[in-house]
Amino acid sequence: MTVVSRVDTVESAAAGGDAVQPWRELGLKEDEYDNIREILGRRPTSAELAMYSVMWSEHCSYKSSKIHFALWGENTTDAMREKLLVGIGENAGVVDIGDGWAVTFKVESHNHPSYVEPYQGAATGVGGIVRDIMSMGARPIAVMDPLRFGNLHHPDTLRVLPGIVAGIGGYGNCLGLPNIGGEVVFDECYQGNPLVNALCVGAMRIEDIHLASARGAGNKVVLFGAKTGGDGIGGVSVLASETFDEGGPTKRPSVQVGDPFAEKVLIECCLELYAAKVVAGIQDLGGAGLSCATSELASNGDGGMRVELDLVPLRDASLRPEEILMSESQERMMAVVEPQHLDRFLEITDRWDVEATVIGEVTDGDRLVITWHGETIVDVPPRSVAHDGPVYQRPLGRPAYLDALQQNETRGLERPVTGQQLRATLLTLLGSPNLCDKSWVTKQYDRYVMGNTALAMPDDAGVVRVDEETGRGVAISTDCNGRFAKLDPYAGAQLALAEAYRNVATAGAVPLAVTDCLNFGSPEDPGVMWQFREAVRGIAEGCKALGIPVTGGNVSFYNQTGDIAIHPTPVVGVLGVMEDVTTRTSTGFQTDGSPVFLLGTTRAELDGSEWAHVVHRHLGGRPPSYDLDHEQRLAGVLTTAAREGYLDAAHDLSEGGLAQALAESVLRHGVGVRVSVKHVHEDPFVALFSESAGRVLVSAVPGSEDDLLALVEDAGVPTVRIGTVDTSVDGLIVDHLFEADLVELRDRHTGTLPAVFGP
Amino acid sequence: MRIGVVTFPGSLDDRDAARAVRAVGAEAVALWHADRTLRDVDAVILPGGFSYGDYLRCGAIARFAPVMEELVPAAQGGLPVLGICNGFQILCESHLLPGALIRNDHRKFVCVDQKLRVENTSTTWTSDLELGSHIRIPLKNGEGGFVADVPTLERLEGDGRIVFRYAGKNPNGSYRAIAGITNERGNVVGLMPHPEHAIEEGFGPSTDGLAFFTSVLSRVAA
Amino acid sequence: MGRIVVDVMLKPEILDPQGQAVAGALPRLGFDRITDVRQGKRFVLTVDGDVTEQHLTRAREAAETLLSNPVIEDVVAVTAEADA
Repeated sequence: MTVVSRVDTVESAAAGGDAVQPWRELGLKEDEYDNIREILGRRPTSAELAMYSVMWSEHCSYKSSKIHFALWGENTTDAMREKLLVGIGENAGVVDIGDGWAVTFKVESHNHPSYVEPYQGAATGVGGIVRDIMSMGARPIAVMDPLRFGNLHHPDTLRVLPGIVAGIGGYGNCLGLPNIGGEVVFDECYQGNPLVNALCVGAMRIEDIHLASARGAGNKVVLFGAKTGGDGIGGVSVLASETFDEGGPTKRPSVQVGDPFAEKVLIECCLELYAAKVVAGIQDLGGAGLSCATSELASNGDGGMRVELDLVPLRDASLRPEEILMSESQERMMAVVEPQHLDRFLEITDRWDVEATVIGEVTDGDRLVITWHGETIVDVPPRSVAHDGPVYQRPLGRPAYLDALQQNETRGLERPVTGQQLRATLLTLLGSPNLCDKSWVTKQYDRYVMGNTALAMPDDAGVVRVDEETGRGVAISTDCNGRFAKLDPYAGAQLALAEAYRNVATAGAVPLAVTDCLNFGSPEDPGVMWQFREAVRGIAEGCKALGIPVTGGNVSFYNQTGDIAIHPTPVVGVLGVMEDVTTRTSTGFQTDGSPVFLLGTTRAELDGSEWAHVVHRHLGGRPPSYDLDHEQRLAGVLTTAAREGYLDAAHDLSEGGLAQALAESVLRHGVGVRVSVKHVHEDPFVALFSESAGRVLVSAVPGSEDDLLALVEDAGVPTVRIGTVDTSVDGLIVDHLFEADLVELRDRHTGTLPAVFGP
Repeated sequence: MRIGVVTFPGSLDDRDAARAVRAVGAEAVALWHADRTLRDVDAVILPGGFSYGDYLRCGAIARFAPVMEELVPAAQGGLPVLGICNGFQILCESHLLPGALIRNDHRKFVCVDQKLRVENTSTTWTSDLELGSHIRIPLKNGEGGFVADVPTLERLEGDGRIVFRYAGKNPNGSYRAIAGITNERGNVVGLMPHPEHAIEEGFGPSTDGLAFFTSVLSRVAA
Repeated sequence: MGRIVVDVMLKPEILDPQGQAVAGALPRLGFDRITDVRQGKRFVLTVDGDVTEQHLTRAREAAETLLSNPVIEDVVAVTAEADA
């Protein structure tokens, strides 16, 4: 009896014929399909078609963004490259933080899955970024999550927010990673497209850096971790109709489900494998699963690879080879292991009860060959799949609405004048969704595990110790004001960079490197592509001006509902280094008698401000001006002052301006302050609510003010004394204008989220 | 003095517990869940975390680990044992302590700096604390609600075996605001909050946790 | 292959916050005649061959020691499931 082949082999593809393939249903364009045929010299097999369709998707190939990334390279000087141990292109960038320590960090998006299934979408987002960090050879040491939602009071926000927060906590807490910061932002533009960006930091000794390449013919390819199931393969099921199967297309889940326990075990297992020096190359399996891991490892290597797909351990025996290749089952890694190390490798995975299977080996030649029960179903040049995908030159054009938007300034809007009106405005803003207390969210995250957290939310940056002997550690902040970016994407991106840079310095660290998560609408909209390029240009040129390199990042396109795109939201993460994290500066006034200063210049810059948004529902005009040279000098003052112990507290000014910074600094420890804003700006409204950049509120340790003033003078940072920390003051007193007591401030600040989500 | 810290698959605060042990000058000995030995230690800590992912019930699977086959009789014979968070859950599942821990009443994970009232300073782990005083240490868990039937609760109260109670608002619905308890002999103590995260200035809300680890030193040395 | 089903419920006097959450959510679906909800666990144990008395006895032991915590849970049923 002849066995009918149920699998599409290279042999049948090469035999020619008129097979109609579902390339369109898989998301490919006609010219891309033709390109594949040209690369292979024949039609692709259905497995190859599946691989190309996923690896050439926007998410995996960055086809709309690639040409703009040339801007990173053009703006990176040799001095910037010096501190970079691994740059863009690997799973994550790695920087040298001194004393033989290397730190790797990256931020990624998991926006669409989190809208579909909030808990698992967010959870697997954390899982994915942690694996990226792990695959560099590092022990993950902290996570942070910039989150953006629609209107706080919209029913769909009630649907997604609690699930997303529970998912981040559920996964991150179980992994044993402290959550040390992030953002929670509400804006109507994100209603149909909430943004879940996940950041992870890891640390290792410099000599332990691992890379994702497969080198050395005869080295084994080992798949280890969870079994492979049908997670995340929704679209590929259309291929089932390609075959002789009469059952029809099967329904497969599109949502990936995470198991943090499996990942925790995987982390410990990997670290032991690294310590035993039995890993020659390593890659994590994320989007596009095996397709991605095999093609990237082979492409980065010096030869080819041969894989026997039927050796992959399966959770679901009915999976077809195309489905196995596409599966996005979580908690899986792929290692390249030299034959003499294989026994030790398997001994270690065994000890941790981690399933490990040799599924192939590195070969001579330059093809990725995958077989299924002896038949070849994939035979491709790996570079063509992993790195030489399509590059689009999408049209871009300044949006037609922008001129009118920029001309629509806040100048004419009614503003508070009297002390009582200013007081009411402060309280309104303090309780508004973006400025209110976020403990409802942050209490669900473990900040203490690993015992190295020196600073966490609500302070301006997260700080973790890396070296327990010396206290050396890192500070991280992520920031982006989407409204500023909508008004001017170039300026908005540079302002985001400036703010993250300033936050890291405010905590006392020296900024060192950058990562970014670029969240935008559809790249098919020339206006969005223009915003994208402007933002990339802004970050690249800003980094060059500040002398800190971009180490890697992520792009998320298609964040739009119908014609309405989200605000361009280029989230920028800055990492800084501290020689001793115990010298970090926190927000929150502490010591009675501490003189309070405002560093930086306040101008009438209310366009795009929280005041305009909350009070007038207005967005228009131009974002605040900024000066990167000033930011550098300001950062220098803050890091020196921290190291020398001059500071009682410091708080960066951003949304809500000086009023918000004062209120938060008082609420932090319940210690009061008395200030006057007459030297900040002649108009008290501007003094309190303007969102001019480059400003930090500091209180000096009593007796250190002269030293601090000498620093700011040397650095040319404009500074005004505005008041004194006063433990006899209940809350905040703004001379000649108003007073607000602690209870009232606290009630306003902390009541907002519980009123919506419960206690 | 040698204090063992057990690592189960999924344990998280084992390294932190070991750090706390070293901070008071004792030697931290790593104990592996699959090894049927306590390596002659003078005391054992069952640390916090999510052993076996908290699958089935928190601590339900860890309780059957080979190392527990040695630990249970040793504890019954007087070996000092401290169960922190997941460790407390494991002690209850193994019946070395009465009661059980269930999901927080508000159904969320919570991480806060928790104020506790010290109610028993005769145990091996609390002799260096001050009776009636308040300490502030981190509480971080999703399943921290202590429950037991009324006779058990009455017995615990009557025997003075409630070691810590939550001060202020009950953070998780624990019956009688019980945060930690001890066995009849006073050598086994379980509590939900984490003393090992309150031992170093700048890395926790206080250094109130150090006293737990100095207590056992003096008790064993004596 | 035979199957044994073990049903475990929290003891009636134990607080069930998850059941309460479900009870609170049902009215939102228009289900407003429900006065209480308790959430439990169902384990399906697959055995080689048919289910024997010995299988059931062992299953009951497993139910009492591992699958349930007698301090807070009751094993309400251990039954052989007829093959479909």
